[in-house]
Amino acid sequence: MDKSLNHILKKLPYSEPFLFADSLVSVDENGIQGKYTFKADSYFYKGHFVGNPITPGVILTECMAQIGLVCLGIYLLGDSLQEELKIALSNTDIDFYLAVLPGETVTVISEKEYFRFNKLKCKVKMLNAKGEVVCKGFISGMLIA
Amino acid sequence: MTSEEIFTQLSPIITLYLPEDVTKDQIELQSDLTAQLNINSAHLVDIVLDVEDAFDIEFANEDMEKMRTVADAIQIIQKKLESK
Repeated sequence: MDKSLNHILKKLPYSEPFLFADSLVSVDENGIQGKYTFKADSYFYKGHFVGNPITPGVILTECMAQIGLVCLGIYLLGDSLQEELKIALSNTDIDFYLAVLPGETVTVISEKEYFRFNKLKCKVKMLNAKGEVVCKGFISGMLIA
Repeated sequence: MTSEEIFTQLSPIITLYLPEDVTKDQIELQSDLTAQLNINSAHLVDIVLDVEDAFDIEFANEDMEKMRTVADAIQIIQKKLESK
């Protein structure tokens, strides 16, 4: 992975068991792409669902937000991000199409709609290893350096 | 454009982003957008983006910081329109 991309991941304000970004593929002013593999022993599979582990939609949304919104935001803030990043999710509008099973690797692709007055809105989608759309929609949040 | 005319155009934009527990009758000149009308910071941005489209003007970061009340918003819009 490109050094500058790794630098973005290091600035993410998450850790286990709530980090859902493994690597970034590309980033520019207009968008970002990244990957995550859902660990088969993740805590939420014990309860969602009992005896039938499927990745919860809220976790898929969180994965899209961490890669698509927060990583892109860190890139866009650039040098103005000196101290801790303050973030808050403000809106999600996501449609879900396919289940993601334990151990699957997904790719998140995010395109910037706008980043103004600290609000970043993105069009996001998640693809599975076969390239099929798992879920897609819009996510926005406030990011303050 | 008079401040009354701006208010007439601004009021429905603000109404779009009011939470359920606030009614449009509560939009007054001295209403604080976040503290009294309970508009969150993300929707405050939405209001500014809609205002920019409606009045064909552009807000700067300083304008955003100064915009606390409905009257502040009207004053900023009026200034922008005059300098067009």
